[in-house]
Amino acid sequence: MREIKRGYFLFMIELHHISKTFRVARRNAGMREAVKALLCREYTEIRALDDVSFTIADGEMVGYIGPNGAGKSSTIKIMSGILHPNMDGGTCEIDGLVPWKNRKEHVKNIGVVFGQRSQLWWDVPVLDSYELIRDIYQIDAPVYRRNLEELTQCLQIGEILRTPVRQLSLGQRMRCEIGASLLHDPKILFLDEPTIGLDAVSKIAVRDFIRRRNREHGTTVILTTHDMQDIEALTERILLIGKGRILLDGSLSELKSRHSGVRKITVSHSGSVVPETLPAGIVCTENQPGQAAFAVDTAVLGVSEAIGMLSGLFEITDLSVAGATAEELVVSLYEEFAI
Amino acid sequence: MNAVNTSPKSAIRKYATYFRIRFTSGLQYRAAAAAGVATQFAWGFLTVLLYKAFWEADPASFPMGIAQVTSYMWLRQAFLALFNSWTVDNTILSDITGGNIAYELVRPMNLYALWFTRNISMRAANATLRFLPILIVASLVPAPWGMHLPVSVPAALGFLLTMFLGALVTCAIVMFIYIFTFFTMQPMGVRMVFNAVTDFCSGNLVPLPFFPPAMAAFLEYTPFAAMQNIPFRIYSGHIAGWDILRCAGLQVFWLIVLVMLGSLLMKKALKRAVIQGG
Repeated sequence: MREIKRGYFLFMIELHHISKTFRVARRNAGMREAVKALLCREYTEIRALDDVSFTIADGEMVGYIGPNGAGKSSTIKIMSGILHPNMDGGTCEIDGLVPWKNRKEHVKNIGVVFGQRSQLWWDVPVLDSYELIRDIYQIDAPVYRRNLEELTQCLQIGEILRTPVRQLSLGQRMRCEIGASLLHDPKILFLDEPTIGLDAVSKIAVRDFIRRRNREHGTTVILTTHDMQDIEALTERILLIGKGRILLDGSLSELKSRHSGVRKITVSHSGSVVPETLPAGIVCTENQPGQAAFAVDTAVLGVSEAIGMLSGLFEITDLSVAGATAEELVVSLYEEFAI
Repeated sequence: MNAVNTSPKSAIRKYATYFRIRFTSGLQYRAAAAAGVATQFAWGFLTVLLYKAFWEADPASFPMGIAQVTSYMWLRQAFLALFNSWTVDNTILSDITGGNIAYELVRPMNLYALWFTRNISMRAANATLRFLPILIVASLVPAPWGMHLPVSVPAALGFLLTMFLGALVTCAIVMFIYIFTFFTMQPMGVRMVFNAVTDFCSGNLVPLPFFPPAMAAFLEYTPFAAMQNIPFRIYSGHIAGWDILRCAGLQVFWLIVLVMLGSLLMKKALKRAVIQGG
């Protein structure tokens, strides 16, 4: 399944024992403390990345998740060659190059989208930015025309290419940003929160496009996001990072089945719940007048059976089942690893 | 699949494109230029009157002829955009402090060369819009307050060459503002010190020949003297003959030294740089 690249590179991306420490100046609030900090600053070392290792094969699509400040963006920046990791024996090779050492060579192979920043020129039409990118990457004219045509069509940006960037909506702009990062046919695409702030329609358009790109061009994609629907729609494999460490590396379905043991059922009811009368496999976790929550062990009985049994005990007016979505899965992962 | 062309010709082309786009977008700011022309003309006129008054008090103690001083002053006003030390690209500063530099760094370009190109194109655009009106009006002003033609053909050629080199040296000096901002994360202090020192030492406030002889002799060898001091004095014949080539040589020397030092420091800065904000 893992294709061998250029005969000897087994993986497109290889990170081994990468760490990154930042020094952060800290002080307490207040005038006195500010004066004190002038004379003697206190620094704290923050380990943004702590011995991170993973490998990604050519053509793989990987979701990189973790809470804010976990180290996702730092990893992306190291892989993009714009951040130097600690020089303590860690290695990183991407398509055979060390990003921060062969930066100029390396970045020709990659496309990067930072969801919270813009690479397009604010005051000029999108097309002007694209042409600048064409010259920066020295893309041959026929290749540029072909790529532009394809991207315009897939991203549906034909109408807006002549519009100044400042007049685009966020969804339109993000589609243009993604187009901009693919004009030079990169082998690898890093997407750092590409769907942040987008509405549902734009999100779906962006996801469809990324999936298509991966399938048709074999582009290796690494995606960081807080939107679990992105992960669900796009990636088979997820990497979970927390406090700078890779906590989990596995397929989404694998994780789901591992965490599918318990479902949480929340019900609004008109009646009263007597926890002792509940059948085996159902535990009452919360009991308030008119509302209750239950944990159902699916190894003992199915969710629908449990709902049936509960409705026999009291009148249910509303109900919700949680624990099945990727969102819940991640919350339970965060809880499990205490991050 | 290989879309990337790597001939050296197209390597220069990417910087040329950057120059072209920056230059043409800089030409849009005509109202700013008109205001600048008016201010610079008024200021030029005041300084010319001032030096005239000094000269009348004691012509013998003047280190330059009055015509040389007036043409120096008018050239300074006309090409202010090329040689002043306070024009910086604010987007570069905010890119550094705000973290948008991330997008500059994922391009297959040398960041020093890229920023140098951005600066020189901005200055070229500003100067293009401003120099002609000022020179035309200044040449219509009657002697000895007005502007005269270059004293000779070699002076004219030397002026053009050393002005080009001087503009490059100015950019190379200004590059240090950006580089130091990597370390301080706050451009204000760096800029203030820079502007004061550069303005004083480059002859932008007072031409270098007016300095005390020992100090002038020392400053002549600094990179600051390689900015506007040389072309403006060549124009009026204050620097002539083989000295023109010697001065051009000094400019080339400083240009190489400053660019090398700047690139080196920038590499260091990037190595320890933290891309700010998420």
